[in-house]
Amino acid sequence: MNARVDPMAPGNGTTAAPAADEPLDLEAAYRDSHVGEVLESLDRELVGLAPVKSRIRDIAALLLIDKLRRATGLSSGPPALHMSFTGNPGTGKTTVAMRMAEILHRLGYVRKGHLVAVTRDDLVGQYIGHTAPKTREVLKRALGGVLFIDEAYYLYRPENERDYGQEAIEILLQVMENQRDDLVVILAGYKDRMETFFRSNPGMSSRIAHHIDFPDYSSAELVAIARLMLQQMQYRLSAPADEALREYIDKRRAQPHFANARSIRNALDRARLRQASRLFARHQSEAGGSISRQELETLEERDIRASRVFGGAPQDDPVQNTC
Amino acid sequence: MKVTQGTFSFLPPLTDAQIASQVEYCLGKGWAVSVEYTDDPHPRNTYWEMFGMPMFDIRDAAGVMTEVNACRRTFPSHYIKVNAFDSTRGRESLRLSFIVGRPANEPGFALVRQEGAGRTVRYTTRSYATQRPEGERY
Repeated sequence: MNARVDPMAPGNGTTAAPAADEPLDLEAAYRDSHVGEVLESLDRELVGLAPVKSRIRDIAALLLIDKLRRATGLSSGPPALHMSFTGNPGTGKTTVAMRMAEILHRLGYVRKGHLVAVTRDDLVGQYIGHTAPKTREVLKRALGGVLFIDEAYYLYRPENERDYGQEAIEILLQVMENQRDDLVVILAGYKDRMETFFRSNPGMSSRIAHHIDFPDYSSAELVAIARLMLQQMQYRLSAPADEALREYIDKRRAQPHFANARSIRNALDRARLRQASRLFARHQSEAGGSISRQELETLEERDIRASRVFGGAPQDDPVQNTC
Repeated sequence: MKVTQGTFSFLPPLTDAQIASQVEYCLGKGWAVSVEYTDDPHPRNTYWEMFGMPMFDIRDAAGVMTEVNACRRTFPSHYIKVNAFDSTRGRESLRLSFIVGRPANEPGFALVRQEGAGRTVRYTTRSYATQRPEGERY
């Protein structure tokens, strides 16, 4: 029965356009956009980051409601979605930016959903007249997707007033304002330096609607991240190795130059190196001993304990690690 | 006289939205889109000037449209066309080419007859516009 599209039906006083009190199917819109899947995978694959996730949820909800408003004929100016991601190294800024591109694509806010990641070198030229074409070229490539500017504060060098970075910023601002439905710009960097950057470029700050801060991970979250990484690399930890990893993370966090998830990834990569040389050395000494699948995928305690983080590293550490 | 060269030239001029969706089709096929211009629209003039490099790494038609609009601003009274180049091995040639900008007034072509030996006549066409030097034609 489809009485809604037949205004001529007897006893039907409403117009053909959706009436004010007609319920719109939010559930169907949510399902059709498949944004639920992206948000779920975000929850599953990214550990912690509660404030980031809740902000992404808000944005997704806003875009979905906006879509429904447009369908109803209510005014629905596309919201400005330029963002700034601040946080310490290794807190997942790039990873989230990539997810963001996908979410915005699913919601129909950007047309292609690709991510163009650039730094100062890609935007700023070396001599007069070199910067504008270079920046435009990058912007042209990013249209229809997301432009991710890593360490954006390097664009502005206050100590050199003839620095060409200012020119790149001006072109960026112009495109951020005029081609809002073609491009989303995400700036990323350390919190304090980004704040200085925004203070000296108020135009940039005011055009960015979402300032998202990425908190540092707790020890428990780092362990969860390590497990997730190992699972993706198809490795397992033996029970003592698991204990060693916990200790490693606690010790490593207290040391300088700790880069959150990136440090964990590096530590695991070094453990893999040690495991490989351990298996290889044993293979050579036993001459022809076979290696089981379980050995191939298991990281043992000594693969982790050999790290320099544990202080007096055993002399037989085959991997020269620096931290 | 409206110059009819390339695809869609017998249709009314394409709107920007139509150009964008044609470009979108080309990008979907993986072709490299480029913009060219000339003020000598003779049919045998296959070498138009390139407006920037062919755009090999562009994902969205909006990038091409900024280039088309920049070319229109720079050369408001030239012929402008959009080409799509297919780099597939063995093909390596243009797949699509259409005019997206033309001068307001197109004077057209004259038919030049040349008397040859034994009452033969050779025919050639000559654009009225090319009687003036380059850059002052339209």
